[in-house]
Amino acid sequence: MSAILKTEKLRVEFKSTEFRQAVKVALHGLDLEVNAGEVFGFLGPNGAGKTTTMNVLLGFVPATSGTASLFGIDVRQPIARQRIGYLPELTYYYKFLTADELLRFYAKIFGLTRAETDRRIPELLKLVELEHAAKRPIKSYSKGMQQRVGLAQALINNPDLLVLDEPTSGLDPLGRMKVREIIQRLKNEGKTVFFSSHELGEVETVCDRVAIVHQGELKTVGSVADVSAGSVNLEQAFLKIVGVQSQPLP
Amino acid sequence: MNKIIALAGVVIKELYRRKDFYVLFVLTALLTVAAGAVNFFHDDKIVRYVKDICLLLIWVSALVIAIVTTARQIPAEREARTIFPLLAKPVSRGQVIAGKFLGCWLATGVALLVFYFFFAVITGSREHLWPWAVYFQAAWMQWVMLAIVIAMVVLGSIYFAAPSSTSTISFIVVVGILGIGSHLKVIALQQPEPMQFILTAIYFLMPHLEWFDLRDFVVYDQSLVSWSALALATGYAAVWTGIFLMLAWLGFRRKNLTT
Ligand SMILES: Nc1ncnc2c1ncn2[C@@H]1O[C@H](COP(=O)(O)OP(=O)(O)O)[C@@H](O)[C@H]1O
Ligand SMILES: [Mg+2]
Repeated sequence: MSAILKTEKLRVEFKSTEFRQAVKVALHGLDLEVNAGEVFGFLGPNGAGKTTTMNVLLGFVPATSGTASLFGIDVRQPIARQRIGYLPELTYYYKFLTADELLRFYAKIFGLTRAETDRRIPELLKLVELEHAAKRPIKSYSKGMQQRVGLAQALINNPDLLVLDEPTSGLDPLGRMKVREIIQRLKNEGKTVFFSSHELGEVETVCDRVAIVHQGELKTVGSVADVSAGSVNLEQAFLKIVGVQSQPLP
Repeated sequence: MNKIIALAGVVIKELYRRKDFYVLFVLTALLTVAAGAVNFFHDDKIVRYVKDICLLLIWVSALVIAIVTTARQIPAEREARTIFPLLAKPVSRGQVIAGKFLGCWLATGVALLVFYFFFAVITGSREHLWPWAVYFQAAWMQWVMLAIVIAMVVLGSIYFAAPSSTSTISFIVVVGILGIGSHLKVIALQQPEPMQFILTAIYFLMPHLEWFDLRDFVVYDQSLVSWSALALATGYAAVWTGIFLMLAWLGFRRKNLTT
């Protein structure tokens, strides 16, 4: 089995901006492997280090030590990102461009041909249901529409690996269902999906495997069934691993 | 290269969709026209004086456009977080820097073209003189000088988070060089020793933007600079532009973008 996404002993420290403060260690030697064709849920409470891991994979944050690779290529090389699609946790897009222009711009960055671009963009706009607004500047979009632009741009290059940082946070139930549907569709097409979440209900239904991180350390990894073995469900297993006992309210 | 051009295209699109850019543009055009209307005095001295003012206006406007636009580019990408979906694509940070530079430089080039065209039409319609080669040389030299300025501002925008501080500092530095650059050596020689050495060193180490100022050729004798001097100056500008862009890339290359 070939690992499409791999980190080894990945450590990330953030220097504090305040003078003489201890460095903040966001990841303590994380080992992670995601295989071709699987949907992999990357779980953990807020501040666990999920976004940081993705930021290293995408080259935004340098690793303090350890390595990270995509398709066997070190993430420090831009070409490692040729076959991936990425949806950030929270982002705006160029407000002064229309969705159509934005997608064309990104298509050029991927080096897609004109013909490919012309074929791909209507497909994507249809998928995310933005055909009617494609020629309007993004600044006139609602929040939900902006998120759908994000999803469309993540798919522009027909990626083999998708990295989605909390793709459903901030969406209404309909939007969530849509995202789950798209993930399922990509899986059926044989794509690999690596996404983070702290909403366990939806993870259970789509993931082949999950990993749980807490305070920058990998706590467990395996199929949903393996990880939740010995607990009622994934949520209980998660809470147990993270070490939270349900406490009565004061 | 296609990626750099695509990046530059976005810079230019943003610029022509912003209103503040037009304000400056129209203002300069209006003032040039107004100044041109004064030409009927038929007094050579006044005509020259008016031309001088028009050119100064063009210089200031072009500098403001170049500096303000450039200073905003990378900080705006970081603030709106558009830098993340961008850098998640197969594009290097060096290409991002190059694309931003190219976009800003081309946009200022277009602005200059319009300004000089205006200037030529206004003065030409009064004097019936059309020294296109002189105008071309003046505009070209100003444009390559702006390449140095834009590269310098790109560098500044990597280190100063706020576009306003980058703009202000850049403006002071550029105006300072333009103002006293040529006199610095003379000033240095009048200073006591440690200062003399420092100022002389600065003189030899700084980019001499004032060498690119051909306004006097346009206003006074309307003679041409030798084309080889022009080529040499262009090479000089290319070297300084390269140095600043390289320094910008070194600063940006390993920068943690999440802080
Ligand atoms: N740029 C940064 N500077 C300092 N600390 C950071 C930075 N980014 C993240 N951290 C810290 O690293 C830890 C992990 O954060 P993050 O990866 O965003 O968590 P998650 O995405 O799992 O919620 C947190 O404690 C956070 O405060
Ligand atoms: Mg996060």
